[in-house]
Amino acid sequence: MQKNNSVIGQERIQKKLKQRYRAEKRFRRLGLFAVITALSFLAILLISISSKGYTAFQQTYIKLEIPLSHEILDVKNLANADYPGLVKASLRQMFPDVKGRRDKRKLYGLVSTGAAFELQDRIIEDPTLIGEKISMWVPASSDVDMFMKGQIPKNVSENERRIKDNEIEWIDWLQQEERIEKRFNTVFFTAGDSRDPELSGIRGALSGSIFTLFITLLLSFPIGAATAVYLEEFAPKNKWTDLIEVNINNLAAVPSIVFGLLGLAVFINFFGLPRSVPLVGGLVLTLMTLPTIIIAGRAALKAVPPSIREAALGVGASPMQTVLHHVLPLAMPGMLTGTIIGMAQALGETAPLLMIGMVAFIVDVPGSFTDPSTVLPVQIFLWADSPERGFMERTSAAIMVLLVFLITMNAVAIFLRKRFERRW
Amino acid sequence: MESIMDIEGATLADNISMTLEQQAMASDQEAIKKKTIVSREDRRTVGEIYTEDPRMTCRNVNVHYGDNHAIIDANIDIGRNEVLAMIGPSGCGKSTFLRCLNRMNDTVEGCRVTGEITLDGQDIHGKNIDVVPLRAQIGMVFQKPNPFPKSIFDNVAYGPKIHGLASNKSDLEEIVETSLQKAGLWEEVKDRLNLPGTGLSGGQQQRLCIARAIAVSPEVILMDEPCSALDPIATARIEELIAELRKQYSIVIVTHSMQQAARVSGRTAYFHLGDLIEVGETERVFTNPRHQLTEDYITGRFG
Repeated sequence: MQKNNSVIGQERIQKKLKQRYRAEKRFRRLGLFAVITALSFLAILLISISSKGYTAFQQTYIKLEIPLSHEILDVKNLANADYPGLVKASLRQMFPDVKGRRDKRKLYGLVSTGAAFELQDRIIEDPTLIGEKISMWVPASSDVDMFMKGQIPKNVSENERRIKDNEIEWIDWLQQEERIEKRFNTVFFTAGDSRDPELSGIRGALSGSIFTLFITLLLSFPIGAATAVYLEEFAPKNKWTDLIEVNINNLAAVPSIVFGLLGLAVFINFFGLPRSVPLVGGLVLTLMTLPTIIIAGRAALKAVPPSIREAALGVGASPMQTVLHHVLPLAMPGMLTGTIIGMAQALGETAPLLMIGMVAFIVDVPGSFTDPSTVLPVQIFLWADSPERGFMERTSAAIMVLLVFLITMNAVAIFLRKRFERRW
Repeated sequence: MESIMDIEGATLADNISMTLEQQAMASDQEAIKKKTIVSREDRRTVGEIYTEDPRMTCRNVNVHYGDNHAIIDANIDIGRNEVLAMIGPSGCGKSTFLRCLNRMNDTVEGCRVTGEITLDGQDIHGKNIDVVPLRAQIGMVFQKPNPFPKSIFDNVAYGPKIHGLASNKSDLEEIVETSLQKAGLWEEVKDRLNLPGTGLSGGQQQRLCIARAIAVSPEVILMDEPCSALDPIATARIEELIAELRKQYSIVIVTHSMQQAARVSGRTAYFHLGDLIEVGETERVFTNPRHQLTEDYITGRFG
């Protein structure tokens, strides 16, 4: 009887065993599927962004011969000279057959409006050029640029494309003469925003992001770490600290735009700080990032084994020495992880910055914490919203810059974390 | 074995109610044991609680964890250069009592210590006593080896460094070497002082912790079950070490092993449910216990 029972038991176990293994396999496959799905979506995202955006790193340039006559350029009054006229004259010289107002307008439209400014800069830099005939490469207009990059197809009817037949003829002639070529787009990395796609660059937004995040890191990490240490190691456990803890946890879940409103009300309206500046942006993002850092920091401190604290206290370390010499170094990797998450969140944040005016169209590259500026995600939003075709590739390129920035930032943080990491 | 669990589970009532099983067992042996239910009045400390030349004295020490009265009116002296063993069933308060001696209980939330504990005649809870140097005077070795996640050298050097015991680097190196030698670890680690202390074996780690404790030249060393995580060989080494260290220090050791208490200690204190039941010469306590509970414990009736 006894034996029978155990045989039946064994059979049941065997039967169940198969089920258990099947369930395990199923679970493993499900996990693998999830990982592969996630990776493929990431791959799709990266491929679509880079395939759309890589063209923005090139820009079409046209070579012009410009005679700099003394009649037009007065050395004493270089700032008010008619530089656009010079560019136009040069174009007319190249294509003497073009007659009629409308065709001439088209012809002038081959080069960017930025060409005149480049010419001006060059002459002001070196006035001895006046009287000579110089040849210089100037940026082509966005439409020509798009055409050169193949974004405007030739084989559709003329009235459906922005580059007309006669323009194509001119471009073909320029190509024959080797007066038009694509070059690495330095403007994209040195200029601020512009209404013209070919003159717009990411530098302004990038600097804005760097300034803003610098302020955020400078404020949120020390304050967050100190708060976490105080609450976890020194504060008495009573209803006040409970209340603070609940509030911090709730703040982490507050929609970020609310922090923007708070920043607008407190920093700009009450303290009178200027609008659209990285300083205020950094302050607002600090408020938003602090709860994340505090919560991660407290979790990291909690994870430090109490035996280490006892050991330190046991040899007569003061509570502060215990924390600074033993607990904090062990909690540092965890705290840095929280900071990475918080900073990455801050870097990608748009909503609170809209509230404090960092959504403005700003041409100048900001040079300090109090210069009006915008940030990368806002710039992406602005470009994505623009109708010109040239901004499409720039949107993707800006996303690529943002991702590179993010990866660099995280890589530095992970490097720092690895250095702090110690096993026990 | 079962009975001890019952006793632990029982709340601290004035009388300990025994299980039916135990009562039955007790009635069987009534001829030998007249009384197994021990009343509050019978749980006074018996034996020699005072010593001639006490290093530390404890008078009417009471410890409360919130509503839990963990130590009830304990009185005991700790003599110069003696090893005092504290034995007793789990949860009897011996570790709690040990932690009172260097005020480690200060860090425990909701823990209240009353009564008078003195070190060389000075009340350690006194207003002018700073707990930081106090803990340097009364070193502690914990149940689980807990070296810092630093090098072996830094582990030992940390205490002297923060207390400013060494004026220069060679001083510090000397302190580290002598401490490790006293702890019987020097020969094993002298070539790898820069390796992490956590990479040593359990027994070596515990000796490292002892070296760390004696590096700040304490007067008393408290050991909270220092061998409970160690194998017999490592335990034997620690016990040899204790015998060596008692020449210089007063040592209080909490242990679960009665054999260990018998081997290493000069005096033994028996705790039972927060009461200090019996104190006396180790040999006397183990061969001729005066209290019923002590006898029950050391004869293996429970615990």
